[in-house]
Amino acid sequence: MNSLKKRTKRGKSKRVSRSLGGDIFVFTVLGMMGLFMALPLIYVISNAFKPYGELFLFPPRFLVRHPTLENFKQMGEALTGSWVPFSRYLFNTVFITVVGVVLQILIATCAAYGLSKFDFPGRNFLFGTVVYALMFPAIVTNVPTYLLFSRLHMIDTHWAVILPALQSSMGLYLMKQFMEQSLPDVLLEAARIDGAGELYIIFKIVLPLMKPAWMTLGILSIQALWNTTGGNFIYSENLKTLPVALNQIVQSGVARTGAGAAISLCMLIVPIGTFILSQNQVIETMSTSGMKE
Amino acid sequence: MILRMEKFSKKWEKTLYRMKRNKVAYLLILPFFALFFVFTVLPVISAFFYGFTYYNVFQDPIWVGLENYVKLLLYDDIYGTALKNTFIFAIITAPTGYILSLLVAWFINELPRRVRSVCVLIFYAPSISGSAYVVWKLLFSSDSYGYVNAFLIRLGLIHSPIPWFSEVDYILPLLIAVQIWMSMGTGFLSFVAGLKCVDRTLIEAGAIDGVRNRWQELWYITLPSIKPQLVFGAVLSITGAFAVGEISTNLAGSPSVRYAGHFIANHMQDYGSIRYEMGYACAIATMLFLMTLVCNKVINIVLNRTIK
Repeated sequence: MNSLKKRTKRGKSKRVSRSLGGDIFVFTVLGMMGLFMALPLIYVISNAFKPYGELFLFPPRFLVRHPTLENFKQMGEALTGSWVPFSRYLFNTVFITVVGVVLQILIATCAAYGLSKFDFPGRNFLFGTVVYALMFPAIVTNVPTYLLFSRLHMIDTHWAVILPALQSSMGLYLMKQFMEQSLPDVLLEAARIDGAGELYIIFKIVLPLMKPAWMTLGILSIQALWNTTGGNFIYSENLKTLPVALNQIVQSGVARTGAGAAISLCMLIVPIGTFILSQNQVIETMSTSGMKE
Repeated sequence: MILRMEKFSKKWEKTLYRMKRNKVAYLLILPFFALFFVFTVLPVISAFFYGFTYYNVFQDPIWVGLENYVKLLLYDDIYGTALKNTFIFAIITAPTGYILSLLVAWFINELPRRVRSVCVLIFYAPSISGSAYVVWKLLFSSDSYGYVNAFLIRLGLIHSPIPWFSEVDYILPLLIAVQIWMSMGTGFLSFVAGLKCVDRTLIEAGAIDGVRNRWQELWYITLPSIKPQLVFGAVLSITGAFAVGEISTNLAGSPSVRYAGHFIANHMQDYGSIRYEMGYACAIATMLFLMTLVCNKVINIVLNRTIK
């Protein structure tokens, strides 16, 4: 430990400063890890712009040399081509994502508002079960849920994917924690005195003020639903989703490699793009995510 | 006795009054908790009961008592492999992902705002990129067109391409690497946010009271301040590690070569959606449920004892 001698900066803050060695260590580790994290994604991006020849170059080259939009054109042809209805897969994924995200935000907002702002008997118990649900993987419920849907004759419908996604315990947990700390009771009291109903309060006060929370919820559920394959709940070809189609392309081999690379990039853009747009709100929400005893 | 009864009924009356007063709250939480009951609580309970039956969907379930569990624990060698793989996987990926998330969040905490945002994006992106981890299959593809193989051959370290995801010795380590790559998710964001909110005056007070270097500052001041986030992050890491299954199916195939990448979740899917032995699959699910829960509780207690 070579930073033992205390080097407190005079002036604005009294705090131990890092040693030079520490600085070098920190940036080396950060840089190496950053490369490890970023390289596969850079590869996806670079691949999407590679002309046909470079995709099959030997020895392979990591970065694109002569970028082209050819792959996206190919993807467009695949999307509109009548022999494989890719627009159908796209529609399915967009439908599942949009319906799922909107409904989930509404349901979770109502529940979080109820749990955090009303002192009703049973609320600690109910919230406790939600916290317990965070402590085991959702895959545990897979087989019984399959049995349930098959008994309800709902296997092979989009609802078999959407309905279970609506009760994300993580979403409710984050929303409730945030609301408890960031939604002033006084405001709600004032609205009630003015004669506002609960629905009015939810749409005119809670939703606008809780924008960071529901954006966070939106990010989490977009990335889950946008990437859903439908698991073993969907098997009709015309109900399948984009990731399934993408997998088929990747496995179908050479002819569609270019279109596959372009679709991979497009799949990536949605979750990452939405995160870039909402990062500040997400971090704000996460500051209340802690678990207390 | 009468006094006690009176007390009880008074308490009951109060509860009833509180229920009536908050009628609207029950309406608000109804949609969520109805779905939560149907898709989380009910499945866990029914998995527990189906675990004691033989059930192939076409006929009614038949009660078989502990038969499934006896078979699972004593005779099913593949389950043994899956159990071993899952534990090795969890013991390595959960703490590694957790500690890396914490260190990176700590390192980037003092960077300028914009640089920090870019760093958060780079580290968080893999965890939300969904099926993008399939690129690992391209990078490590088995012929000499694979980037890693081509690279190693050019360096002269190997002479013929290695079939990475079909080589027993490499499957598990590669899956672990992929998981660590994706492990900086919600927990990481929680650490970043928590560190941003650490009270500056505490740090200054610490410097005056004899904190000598950054590691001491981390241990005595920063970590205790973000303890709630640490507990939250630990829960997510453990649950995520035990949920492993899908990446193995997509990268190493199902089943993987000599079951080297076979996890408990794969075993459950195998019986649930391929062999239609729902009772057995539910017994596996119940085991996975109990393991994750116990592990979470233990780590929770450990964290609470070590970080004051």
